[in-house]
Amino acid sequence: MSCCAPGAEMALDLVGATSVLPSSQEIRLASRSLGDDLRQTDLSVPTVHCGACIQTIETALGKLDHVEAARVNLSTKRVSVRWRGDEVPPFVTVLERLGYQAHLFETEIDAKDKTLSELIRAVAVAGFAAGNIMLLSVSVWSGAEGATRDLFHWVSALIAIPALAFAGGIFFRSAWNALRHGRMNMDVPIAVGVSLAYAMSLYETINHGDHAYFDASVSLLFFLLIGRTLDHVMRERARTAVKGLSQLAARGAMVLRADGARDYLPVGEIEPEMLLLIAAGDRIPVDGEIIQGASDLDCSLVSGESNPRSVTPGEPVQAGVLNFTGSLTIKATAAAKDSFLAEMVRMMEAAEGGRAHYRRIADRVSALYAPVVHLTAFVTFLGWMAATGDWHRAMTIAIAVLIITCPCALGLAVPIVQVVAARRLFENGIMVKDGSAMERLATIDAAVFDKTGTLTLGKPRLVNASSIDPAMLAIAADMAAHSRHPFSRAIAGFAAPGGQRKFDAVTEHPGFGIEAAAAGNIWRLGRRGWAGWKARTGGEGRHGYGGTVLTKDGIIVATFDFEDAPRADARAAIERLNDAGVSVRMLSGDTAAACGEVSKMLGIDDFIPCLLPSGKVECIETLAREGQRVLMVGDGLNDTPALSVAHVSIAPATAADIGRNAADFVFLRESLAAVPLALDVSRKAGSLIRQNIAIAIVYNAVAVPIAILGHVTPLIAAIAMSASSLLVIGNALRLQGFVSNGQAQSSRQDGRHGISSQLAQPR
Amino acid sequence: MTTLSYLIPVALFLGALGLGGFLWALRSGQYEDLDGAAERILIDGDDKPQG
Repeated sequence: MSCCAPGAEMALDLVGATSVLPSSQEIRLASRSLGDDLRQTDLSVPTVHCGACIQTIETALGKLDHVEAARVNLSTKRVSVRWRGDEVPPFVTVLERLGYQAHLFETEIDAKDKTLSELIRAVAVAGFAAGNIMLLSVSVWSGAEGATRDLFHWVSALIAIPALAFAGGIFFRSAWNALRHGRMNMDVPIAVGVSLAYAMSLYETINHGDHAYFDASVSLLFFLLIGRTLDHVMRERARTAVKGLSQLAARGAMVLRADGARDYLPVGEIEPEMLLLIAAGDRIPVDGEIIQGASDLDCSLVSGESNPRSVTPGEPVQAGVLNFTGSLTIKATAAAKDSFLAEMVRMMEAAEGGRAHYRRIADRVSALYAPVVHLTAFVTFLGWMAATGDWHRAMTIAIAVLIITCPCALGLAVPIVQVVAARRLFENGIMVKDGSAMERLATIDAAVFDKTGTLTLGKPRLVNASSIDPAMLAIAADMAAHSRHPFSRAIAGFAAPGGQRKFDAVTEHPGFGIEAAAAGNIWRLGRRGWAGWKARTGGEGRHGYGGTVLTKDGIIVATFDFEDAPRADARAAIERLNDAGVSVRMLSGDTAAACGEVSKMLGIDDFIPCLLPSGKVECIETLAREGQRVLMVGDGLNDTPALSVAHVSIAPATAADIGRNAADFVFLRESLAAVPLALDVSRKAGSLIRQNIAIAIVYNAVAVPIAILGHVTPLIAAIAMSASSLLVIGNALRLQGFVSNGQAQSSRQDGRHGISSQLAQPR
Repeated sequence: MTTLSYLIPVALFLGALGLGGFLWALRSGQYEDLDGAAERILIDGDDKPQG
């Protein structure tokens, strides 16, 4: 529909190169039975972004046979379809025809986010309690006395009970967990402070005392829960956006039985020696050996090689490789759990150790803070006991100290900055997994890049289009439109605007090229040795006898040169990293020649070619041993172990699934400027966090002596706590103010539209 | 004092009503697709809640 069309088309172009439509068997396997013959399938449709999209999709899907209901969720960019019967309705094809690329993903059994709804309910209950108790407290502060004051205290005590039990439970559980494992976290002083304040206030109420801290304990919970909920929402949003991207691992495969029967089996049930049929456009599910057929394979995600590899029977293939042109029969040589993909996951898990040593700033501060606070309160109690001998007074003052030091501002100091920073990155198409990632990114002093798919797009680009006869280029483009080989796709982009030229027959010869017949002539587009069978000499391109040519009846009429196009802004991004004092290196699985070209183009002095996945890990470990903190940016399966061994890691959205899961940041746009931007925002966030902690400490330095001297009333406590929290929040919001230029303005829109935005043209 | 004896319950009741309303909205899935809800108002004939 009108507004969605351009974005959607662009999406097809980009995404289409790496993913294909899920087959109906695959959809069936991924669907979830709702009982009574009803099944539900969840599809991720990254390009929906307006009301018109919702209507188009829901109407079109609703009209299909056997479809019970279709519902679009615009926030998560998903469509859930309920359908009946054995036959899978063709909803993916329908979506495709409407211009929306759909991806399957696991239907989660309990799709609802339990933690989030618990947090929101807790915020609601705490907010209700805090509001009502505050109202009652205000009348006490303004002079309610005697029986009225007692009544107000009793009502407050009653309202506070559900708030403490329900909303406080989150803190009590976390504090208990920490204590049981002999650790300290911010929740320990919160739990102790809140429950002691409540107990003391209850005692006061029973004895008709004038100071009760019900308001303080409940509003404390309320403020802290707000911070915690914001933090959770931000992270969850990033997580679902990342998960909604295309699924790159094969889910199952067509197995050819000995008796000729064909079964579609999930990957987990495929055993060695089974024969598998791999159609053009499928991913290879397990390691195997080719029995029959020839094709071109895209190994870029697996090995980092930028050029497709032609394969013939007898050659081994690795799981995760994409089959481009011909159909293949392979014999499985390993089960899924022993395949290349699983091997990468194991290396990744083994490497995880390094990062676990990192402790978040908040944890480090609270490990110091909690004992100091408790010690201060205890010493205050002893001091007043020694001075006056009045245990009730000593207790009251000690609890006032606990309340005033309760880390309200400190609890907000770190998360609020991280939420604001994550929001800024989100608006620029960068997803952050958690707050500690930003803290780690701020400290890096070396950056390591993968080549194919990270510094480059991993897609060839035609470089000599201007020197080719336009008529020939148009013919080549029309022929190339029939193939999904990356070279063909690059050529097909140059199709002449006026309609398709008519060929009598177009056939694709996997591993060689495309042949077409038109008006008695035979045209071939492909390898020089195959296409130009009459002209073995002359017209040699950069690649000698290799390279891609267009021939007419065996005579070469055009030569095509390709190079792997660098990502947008790659050079500028690397310069900005250098300016920020970060040394840049490139590690690649590709050949030295290919790496040399890219490094010259982008101005990277230091590169190591031909690395195995373990080689990348070793390089990073060596750097780490030299005391450097390393940022790894990579996208391939072969980068995954390196992504998880590095101090912090970034992956583009086009990365393999497990790579995206291993990385701390995922950027959705094509531009590599995301990397220096993430570094910049993280460093600013780091300095704001330190400022906020300083503010919280200064507040305590002022307020604690007042509390120790016994001058704190519930009114003063309420004012001091709110003021310090507001100060900290205000300081954190300054990060939003760093957004200055027009680029951020235009990207704000894009951020909302998520994935589609990276693909749409800049507006 | 006597006014308080009914004013406080009334205030708490109204507050609880709001809280209950919010929790109900949360449970019935009205916060699941905030962006979608904003757009759906423009679609004619789509006034049924999520099934």
